[in-house]
Amino acid sequence: MKIMEVCGTHTMAIARFGIRSILPEGLALISGPGCPVCVTPSSVIRQALDLSQRVENTIVTFGDMMRVPTGNQTLEMRKAEGADIRIVYSVLDMIEMAKKDPDRNFVFISVGFETTTPGTALAVLEAEKQELENVFFLLANRRVIPALHALAAAPDIQIRGFLCPGHVSVIIGYGAYHDISERYSIPCVVAGFEPVDILMAIDDIVARIAQGAAGVGNAYGRVVTESGNSRALEIMDRIFEPVDAPWRGIGVIPQSGLTFRREYEHFDALRKFGIRHMAIREPAVKQPAVKQPANHDLSDDEPAGCRCGDVLKGVILPTECALFGNRCTPSTPVGPCMVSTEGSCAAYYKYGA
Amino acid sequence: MCLAIPGRVLTVEGATGIVELGGVRRKASLQLVPEAVPGSYVLVHAGFAIQVIDEEEAKETLDLFNEYFASLEEGMEEER
Repeated sequence: MKIMEVCGTHTMAIARFGIRSILPEGLALISGPGCPVCVTPSSVIRQALDLSQRVENTIVTFGDMMRVPTGNQTLEMRKAEGADIRIVYSVLDMIEMAKKDPDRNFVFISVGFETTTPGTALAVLEAEKQELENVFFLLANRRVIPALHALAAAPDIQIRGFLCPGHVSVIIGYGAYHDISERYSIPCVVAGFEPVDILMAIDDIVARIAQGAAGVGNAYGRVVTESGNSRALEIMDRIFEPVDAPWRGIGVIPQSGLTFRREYEHFDALRKFGIRHMAIREPAVKQPAVKQPANHDLSDDEPAGCRCGDVLKGVILPTECALFGNRCTPSTPVGPCMVSTEGSCAAYYKYGA
Repeated sequence: MCLAIPGRVLTVEGATGIVELGGVRRKASLQLVPEAVPGSYVLVHAGFAIQVIDEEEAKETLDLFNEYFASLEEGMEEER
């Protein structure tokens, strides 16, 4: 019986605390596509690399993106060659930089799920309020619910329950899972990040399966409510609208990405710098996306032999990839799942399977 | 990436707070949690407080944790 932990931070916590080792036989926790860096299409990084070639541009990013390989390049390598690429803790740091340096363009590589997206939305509002004309966003944010729909519908994965992401749920609320739970008869339980939080959520999921019930549970009541953070939802909705979007290694998932609403599209880096939209560059995948065979052609995205896509969908364990632990390690990562600190491969490598 | 850390709001100025996160004081935007006041516990992600922590619920969870650890210790005692 497979339960999928959707969130990369859960993947890390589960590996770190050795939770898999205490589960009874027959109950498997598989990791999902919940690491934003891992699912960011390589085209986004290529676009950032392109933009970094213009001397007037500064690329601003979270640190995890620096080492993701794209072709033979990474942002880290480009920075070593002299490009102005800066790592920030918060997107608000970029607003400060842009104020101080009005002659440069600042382009934020905006990745992340609903936990992170409200921050980008607030940065847009802040840039607008301060009339900053040198702030742009390479938008690669993703929405969790459409991905769960695609995974739940995939016949080759057979997930019996979802361990739902705690901090995404702070924003979207546990009520957001009712539809998936009902449509696919899958229990969905939100979990926190302490070992006991996770065990309580697994216990709830298993109890629901045993009773033949689905439904939605919340084992993270100290911060997660049914309706989520209404202010964050409102601000995101004001600035962005859903759009079909590619996930690295998986393919295009309907309505799983975001684009700027018309009033805010002057913040779109792709539009500003005349770069083709990322969706056009990605290989189109028939719906539902995860029905594709394991070897479907995403050669544009993945280095030879890398099976990050199958790892992200929960089709294989990281250790089942031939590159794992020999050619692909955290110091010499081949694919994004080994680069990001919360990638499944990095978690398995660091803490053991 | 969705890591968020709990901290206590020390001061509030406009929509920004100084939050103590594991002994370190950091600025955090409180725009998503307008109800936060000095003394509130908030969850901070990438410079933004995203939720005020429900203290009652947090205490209940702590009690559950303690219960769980106590039962673990009992189990270990029995094994000895």
